[in-house]
Amino acid sequence: MRFFENTKIDFISKRRVAYAISIILILIGIVALIVGPKFSIDFTGGVSLELDMTAPTPEHSALGIDQVRQILVDEGITDVEIQTIKGGDDQVFFLFKTQKVDDTFEVQADEDREEREEEFVSTARIINLMRTHFPEYTDKPGFIRLQEEVGPRTGEELKGKAVMAILIALLGIIIYIWWRFEFTFGVAAVIALFHDILITVGIFFITGKEISLAIVAALLTIVGYSLNDTIVVFDRIREDLKVYRKESYSSVINHSINETLSRTVITSLTTFVVVFCLYLLGGTVIRDFAFALMIGVIVGTYSSIFVANPILVEFFGKRQTSRKGGIKKR
Amino acid sequence: MKNRKFRNLLILAVLLVTIYFLIPLLPIELPDFWTDRRVRLGLDLQGGMQIMMEVDYHELPDAERDDAVRSAVEIVRNRIDQFGVAEPSIQRVGRNRIMVQLPGLQEFDRARELIGRTALLEFKLLATSEQIDQTRERLDQYLQENIDDYPFLERFVLLEEDDPMRGILEDEEEDEFEEVAGDIFTRLTSSQGMPMMVSNQDLPYVQRLLESESFVENVPAGLMLALERENRLDPRADRELFVLLEKTELTGNMLENASVRIGDGTDLQSPNRPYVSLRFNREGSRIFEMITGQNIRRRLAIVLDGVVYTAPTIQDRIRGGEARITGNFTLDETQDLVIVLRAGNLPAPVNIIEERTVGPTLGADSVRSGLSAALFGLIIVMIFIVIYYRGPGIIANVALIVNMGIIMAALTILGAALTMPGIAGIILTIGMAVDANVLIFERIREELKSGKTVRSAVDAGFSRAIVTILDANITTLITAIVLYQFGTGPIRGFAVTLSLGILASMFTAIVMVKALFEAVITNKNRTELSI
Repeated sequence: MRFFENTKIDFISKRRVAYAISIILILIGIVALIVGPKFSIDFTGGVSLELDMTAPTPEHSALGIDQVRQILVDEGITDVEIQTIKGGDDQVFFLFKTQKVDDTFEVQADEDREEREEEFVSTARIINLMRTHFPEYTDKPGFIRLQEEVGPRTGEELKGKAVMAILIALLGIIIYIWWRFEFTFGVAAVIALFHDILITVGIFFITGKEISLAIVAALLTIVGYSLNDTIVVFDRIREDLKVYRKESYSSVINHSINETLSRTVITSLTTFVVVFCLYLLGGTVIRDFAFALMIGVIVGTYSSIFVANPILVEFFGKRQTSRKGGIKKR
Repeated sequence: MKNRKFRNLLILAVLLVTIYFLIPLLPIELPDFWTDRRVRLGLDLQGGMQIMMEVDYHELPDAERDDAVRSAVEIVRNRIDQFGVAEPSIQRVGRNRIMVQLPGLQEFDRARELIGRTALLEFKLLATSEQIDQTRERLDQYLQENIDDYPFLERFVLLEEDDPMRGILEDEEEDEFEEVAGDIFTRLTSSQGMPMMVSNQDLPYVQRLLESESFVENVPAGLMLALERENRLDPRADRELFVLLEKTELTGNMLENASVRIGDGTDLQSPNRPYVSLRFNREGSRIFEMITGQNIRRRLAIVLDGVVYTAPTIQDRIRGGEARITGNFTLDETQDLVIVLRAGNLPAPVNIIEERTVGPTLGADSVRSGLSAALFGLIIVMIFIVIYYRGPGIIANVALIVNMGIIMAALTILGAALTMPGIAGIILTIGMAVDANVLIFERIREELKSGKTVRSAVDAGFSRAIVTILDANITTLITAIVLYQFGTGPIRGFAVTLSLGILASMFTAIVMVKALFEAVITNKNRTELSI
């Protein structure tokens, strides 16, 4: 079996269309960064709590989200976001989230903490309310599935660290590609990577999904994956530039993209399939992470064909037409 | 040819090591040393609690800050130790943070309370040998009579061997034929025949007994039990169970200072050896002089939060409040002891700044869904590869499975925990590992098309593809390493499995797939290759 045998698609001539699409998507990403995407409690500080409140017997009716919310509202807790998560076997889980944490969350003694229970929402307070109001639904060993409290300061620090991590990764990549190919290739690759990150962040912004620590990890993985694709093509360009000495840059690059096209598609396909499996079957904890990777695989494949290589053409096209000098080393 | 032999040996060795570490994952009976070699699950899969603490030392002078953090780590470690959690991890993170991981723990509130408490350092005298004997007798008798309250001690309940009715009777009736051993406590505390020593194996039982109020109430009046602290160098070493006088002779806040000193050559007690020097305040000095005067030759235990750190013997009456603790100490041990002694009046408060708990049900759900996602992904990819590449596709699939095995084995060897993002990393590797093979196969196809023989097409395909594989994978490795540096816990797990996956896929593609290819080609001496 073979996909794309002897294709001769002229990718380079269509690059302006691709630029237009990319620029629009990138703008969304930039807007998202300026407006501020939704950050998870990893970055803002806050409380997150998942409780198993499945009906104890079939005779009990399943709890609704409104019943649960009403109890919190009656206690004056209004700024908590509640979601229902359906587990297997008619299980009902509730996810409580709030980013509103007391600034003095970080306290030493437990007595202080109890005094301030009234002022802010702690996981313990929600747990106690649920235990009091729904004793039958909460009396089980696995009642608390997830309980997280993050102080606001840790989150702030993490934001800085996350941005640093992404920048350091990009810098490392430029240096490596510079060493192995030449500087132009490195710049083209990194532009493509910025493109991928911004678009993924933009899509998270549009879909209203939270940027958590795991999503930052996904962004870095996308960087790695997209780069993988880009480099395979770069590698071929480096080789082809030596073989087809008389051809123009754009035709050599076009040729290289076509030669590697079936590999690009197969790898993207297998990677997409596994990430999609993870998205469908991997459970709630990992779903958004898998979603980010799904976007990343698509955008990464697109950018290595339509962004990184055309940018090379732009750079080289200005440099010369006779192609003296060519590519540095192998 | 020599090269090829070496390569085949390498492949064999990798396979054997991998299999060795995968076998414990199967549900079969194996010796302990082997089952211990099982990949560890992270907190998010196993369930457990993670706490990040910060030592607030901004009021301390620079010179004392590091010591304050070290004292805090020691106190936290000591308390966690009493908790009886298997494999806790207490790490100092950065300059003034402490991260505690308690796998399998669910008593969120209790852990919080225990860790947040102020440290208590006390000096208590050891009981006399008559008192110790009396305590053992009393506790042996108590356990014999009240064994039903302690179901975890059921191995001390013996059925009379020869009774013909055994096994025929109902459970309740069977009770009448049971005999309860009369020396349970003595047996639990006589490791290798040494009195009041608890073996690592019996330790959890003793800890549970010490937590039981009704058990502790049966210790003779005026006495109490306290375990020796865990041996840092050998956590599985036997631990002494001390019988102490309940009365606290001195507390940590009567201690003015503690420091490590090294005796000079003329020092009779510790020539050229490290010892701990103590200085008490005025009240402390007075009490200390009295105690030492009245109890020469007896042992005085230094107890932090109910755990005995050391119990030196009183050599002489000590006036003036300056004392030294000598013994066969290493420098590290004396430093540890000083940290403990200073913990009595901790100058810097410790704040909890982050808490995360995962319940066991969520962990189990994650394992299940992670496995099914991995399995489905693997099957779909494998079917696709066989349809697309046929024969060589089978080779690629073998490589893929070996790849998964290597990741798991390497995780075990590194002692790294498998986390949910770690599983995601493995799943991602399934997709990406195929890439190396795809690169090779596509290259071979091209070479064949250009009219080369099978042999030279395979050779050329491999040697050309290898350059690409290295370049593409090394850049991914760079991001994985950055990710490892940046992340904590679960994210690190992802970085680790991703890196391992990349390395393993390079190995399987470049070394193993090539060997298999060559084997197929030489054996059949073929002129055609269906790829």
